[in-house]
Amino acid sequence: MTLRSIAVASLRRRKARAAFLVAGLLIGVATVVTLLTLARSMSGDAEASLESFGANIVITPKAQDVALTYGGIDVGGVRVGDQGLTMADLERVRAIPARESIAVVAPELVGPVQVKGSRVLLMGVDTRAQFELKRWWSIGAGRPPENGRELIAGARAAEVLGLRMGDYVRIRGERFTVTGTLAPTGGQDDELLVAELGAVQRLLDRPGELTLIEVAAAYSGAPVDRVVQQLSAALPGAKVSAVREAVASRLHAVDRFKGFSLVIVGIVVGIEILVVFLTMMGSVSERTTEIGVFRAIGFRRAQITRLVLLEAVAAGLVAGVLGYAAGMAASYAVLPVVAEGAPVAWAPLLGLAAVVTAALTGALAALYPALRAGRLDPTEALRAL
Amino acid sequence: MTHVTAQTGAEDSLAPVLPSSPAQEERAARFIEVRGLEKTFAGDGAPVQALRGLDLVVPEGSFLGVMGQSGSGKSTFLAVLGGLSHPSAGEVRVDGIDLYGLPGERLADFRREYLGFVFQSFNLVPYLTALENVLLPLAVKRMPAAEKRARAIEVLGRVGLADRSRHLPGKLSGGEQERVAIARALVNDPPLLLADEPTGALDSETTTEVMELFAELHREGNTIVMVTHNLEIRRYFDRTVVLKDGRLEGGPPAGEAG
Repeated sequence: MTLRSIAVASLRRRKARAAFLVAGLLIGVATVVTLLTLARSMSGDAEASLESFGANIVITPKAQDVALTYGGIDVGGVRVGDQGLTMADLERVRAIPARESIAVVAPELVGPVQVKGSRVLLMGVDTRAQFELKRWWSIGAGRPPENGRELIAGARAAEVLGLRMGDYVRIRGERFTVTGTLAPTGGQDDELLVAELGAVQRLLDRPGELTLIEVAAAYSGAPVDRVVQQLSAALPGAKVSAVREAVASRLHAVDRFKGFSLVIVGIVVGIEILVVFLTMMGSVSERTTEIGVFRAIGFRRAQITRLVLLEAVAAGLVAGVLGYAAGMAASYAVLPVVAEGAPVAWAPLLGLAAVVTAALTGALAALYPALRAGRLDPTEALRAL
Repeated sequence: MTHVTAQTGAEDSLAPVLPSSPAQEERAARFIEVRGLEKTFAGDGAPVQALRGLDLVVPEGSFLGVMGQSGSGKSTFLAVLGGLSHPSAGEVRVDGIDLYGLPGERLADFRREYLGFVFQSFNLVPYLTALENVLLPLAVKRMPAAEKRARAIEVLGRVGLADRSRHLPGKLSGGEQERVAIARALVNDPPLLLADEPTGALDSETTTEVMELFAELHREGNTIVMVTHNLEIRRYFDRTVVLKDGRLEGGPPAGEAG
């Protein structure tokens, strides 16, 4: 028999009061878990959507003084040389401290070539990275290039040059097979020919060189600003720019929902504390005689206080576990209504936090009743004496 | 019972030592010593003087009955004697320890180590079994759990309730509840038992059973102070004192009183 076993026995055998106490905490925990899970799930879904918009960081040579417009024909302003980007810079990008936050690194080399008497832009890419980054790219007919002798054509370029899947084209004396055409994007990409990066570097006689590097940083990782800062440090000769609009809109939407959730969480925790406080105050009044007996048989004031706190903490632990389970169940029920298709974000740490917070909330709310119990005059408590 | 406390100048030790000196024998003779005890309650109107200058010496091993009418101050006297209620004036010494001179929570320690309380309405904790109720005083003592349990089972057996150890108080008769309360008072092996109207809620047959149990404890050397207004049980006491309006009238030993 210890203080802990007395507290547990009190909860186990005074079921109605224990149920009320646990229910008060459980409803609070479940509400908090539901709100936070919804916030996490919705922001995760929003981040995934934002990431599908493509790169949020663009790396260009610092010395470059011409806008990186690869539409049109003339890209003569793109200067390469000492300040240009190289393949070695890709490794520097992948080596920054916040590298875990980098989802995709897409190197590109762009240059003008003559095809069938017309000047067009040829873009060399890492095909897999490029398609991952530009989710809006889809092959209208055919497949992406798989080797250095294949290319795909943007919708407009294919139309102007009369290219179709399976055609051959000669560029600077080398023969390429057109493996497909890009579905129209409505942007500059419609006017490109796209081939493997290595082949384009060889063709343009710019081995190892890059025009720009596009980076997709995960919104769920380190803040984009920090990634930009680290990339700038890693590439002192390059200009690293964040696509601010995407970052700002993401922060705005997610932060507003999180702020709203925190307000609700605050209100719920306040109500929770009040419920536990009133329940424990009632319990202490109801158990005055019992507390008098404890004092008479030699319990110290601090031990009475601890006994009351232990009950609240034990109830909090039970409520934390049950509340987390109920909150997650509610999240599964509610999420399809508020964010269709968004997956529920499981967070074991939230479960741990729910249990610990419920126990601490119980203890905090029971502190005054517990101190009051400890201060009870034993003769007042034992009216028989 | 041979609990005697070494009395240092600071009187802050509750550690028992064996009686070996004349001084300690003197202390056993004055096991309970009450001097000029007064207790005044602040009532709604005028203050109520519940105890008015009590003086009393009780040797170790006595079975003292404190009698008196309702409102005479018996329960207040027991509360002050048990370290539960500070007197307005005077001094209470048990085994040489000045109860109300003990610092801080040492008075709670004193109650745990020196006293066993038996209350009129049993005051068992309703959500604890008989065994758990008996274990209560040991809950805040540092000793192995198995030892606590063995001690509680032994004491429950001694009061004849070994087979009722798992019952909640609500499932026990009044006499059984009283015996559980006595077992709880005994589990710490206290030098002094204090009982407040322990037979007040019992029928005559159960009263006899319970008083025989107290008599047996007395024969074993326990010092017992019992507050009662039941004249029927007076014969069990080896000394009786009567309280009237907060004053001690005193009384002859039970045998002489008939």
